[in-house]
Amino acid sequence: MQSVGKRFATGVEALDRVDLAARRGEFVSLLGPSGCGKSTLLRIVAGLAEPTAGHCRLALDGGDGRKVAAGRIGFVFQDPTLMPWSTVTGNVLLPFRIAGRNGAAERERVAAAVAAVGLAGFERAYPHQLSGGMRMRVSIARALVTEPDLLLLDEPFAALDEITRLDLNDDLLRLWERYRPTILFVTHSVFESVYLSTRIAVMTPRPGRIVAELPVDLPSPRRRAVRTAPEYAAMCEKVSAVLAAAMGGRAPA
Amino acid sequence: MNRPDVNQRVLRILAPLLVGAAFLALWEAACAALAIRPYILPPPSAIAESLWTDGPSLLWSLLVTLRVTLAALAAAVVVGGAMALLFSLSRIVEVSLFPYAVILQVTPIVSIAPLIIIWVRNPFAALLVCAWIVAFFPIVSNTTLGLNSADRNLLALFRLYGASPGQTLWYLRLPTALPYFLAGLRISGGLALVGAVVAEFVAGTGGTESGLAFRILESGYLLMMPRLFAALFLLSITGIAIYLILDGISRLLLRRWHESVATADDE
Repeated sequence: MQSVGKRFATGVEALDRVDLAARRGEFVSLLGPSGCGKSTLLRIVAGLAEPTAGHCRLALDGGDGRKVAAGRIGFVFQDPTLMPWSTVTGNVLLPFRIAGRNGAAERERVAAAVAAVGLAGFERAYPHQLSGGMRMRVSIARALVTEPDLLLLDEPFAALDEITRLDLNDDLLRLWERYRPTILFVTHSVFESVYLSTRIAVMTPRPGRIVAELPVDLPSPRRRAVRTAPEYAAMCEKVSAVLAAAMGGRAPA
Repeated sequence: MNRPDVNQRVLRILAPLLVGAAFLALWEAACAALAIRPYILPPPSAIAESLWTDGPSLLWSLLVTLRVTLAALAAAVVVGGAMALLFSLSRIVEVSLFPYAVILQVTPIVSIAPLIIIWVRNPFAALLVCAWIVAFFPIVSNTTLGLNSADRNLLALFRLYGASPGQTLWYLRLPTALPYFLAGLRISGGLALVGAVVAEFVAGTGGTESGLAFRILESGYLLMMPRLFAALFLLSITGIAIYLILDGISRLLLRRWHESVATADDE
């Protein structure tokens, strides 16, 4: 596996000299309280926002510089962000439709992505007919359908109930093992970040900066049993401690 | 659909009908009991009779008014929609032209109708312009709002996937704007009728001399009150019909996905 790096460094209020590199296929969590610039960082990586200082470099599929071929990056927002007038298939097909490709091969990939997130049989449903968790699954299917090299998730499960969130955590791991994109996952849940990622970058607010990077050494592939393992608890405790120390003794949000 | 729903629907139709019937009965009784002269206030029975005898000629007049109304509504959709599109594409155009759309809207149509009737020689075209001025604003303002209401994250997503402005318009802005446009259309439908009637009133004998509003005016001069009321009744019915038709179109277009009409029972 080729090793590629992403680096960025930004100045001014939201983010202050943030350095982060991720290798291909890594699952990196950005952990921190609300308002520490995690989302801003993600938008810069996606090219949706420009850094005011420093630069962000993506090396995807041999490409260099800021311009990345459409479809190499998938983005999942905190809200499912679906088009209410389109069916599940229509929503997942969107990236291809924009690229002007709408053939049988694309339809097949859409069907595969919908099935991969466990929504087979719901292809013709409209978003308002789905539950919150199912809508989020559609959103993930849309982000994965182009088989991106980089998948960016911005607190995707924050608005879901605990049971649905745990389900989606497992499904995300499964999808990551299958498609192997590099994942940058924004969250404010210690437990979620430890369970999911191979590495955790702890961020603090005002100005947003990364104060610690912690590798997560837990068995892979991870299954739900990990959640009750002592190593998992120890890791959560360690991350919490780092976060608490970084916040100046305040309890992590 | 369960029982409370059915009861609700029956209530919604039956209750106003009962109120209407009671009102008509009271009106009829009051006219007889107080011996009100028919040229002051005709009893409902006289109006119904007039509706029967003058019906064909009134219907013909209604057709004339309806022609102006529908043409004005169509023009409002085309021009209003095009203006909204233009506004959404260029912020400069929007801020420079929108105030004038507002001015057209807030200037009472009765006050500019005489000018229009003088300037536009063709009576039909003059009435059309008047009704259009009244009708186009809700479509422009609503559609503009709708085109600018696209979800910010979806816009970001379109940018991420390298969508062209045209694609963003077609796949995102236009569908977003549809419910807004339809809400504007429902308002404009009623306003087009109001505009057509007002214009006919102002035009008087200078107009086409055959619309329903002209017949109301004429009936008033001739003290033919039952016919005046019959014409009024037809106008109200027409207004309701226009609203119901536009509402039906709106429901048909949005029923699959929009919260305002999507049924809850298929969840």
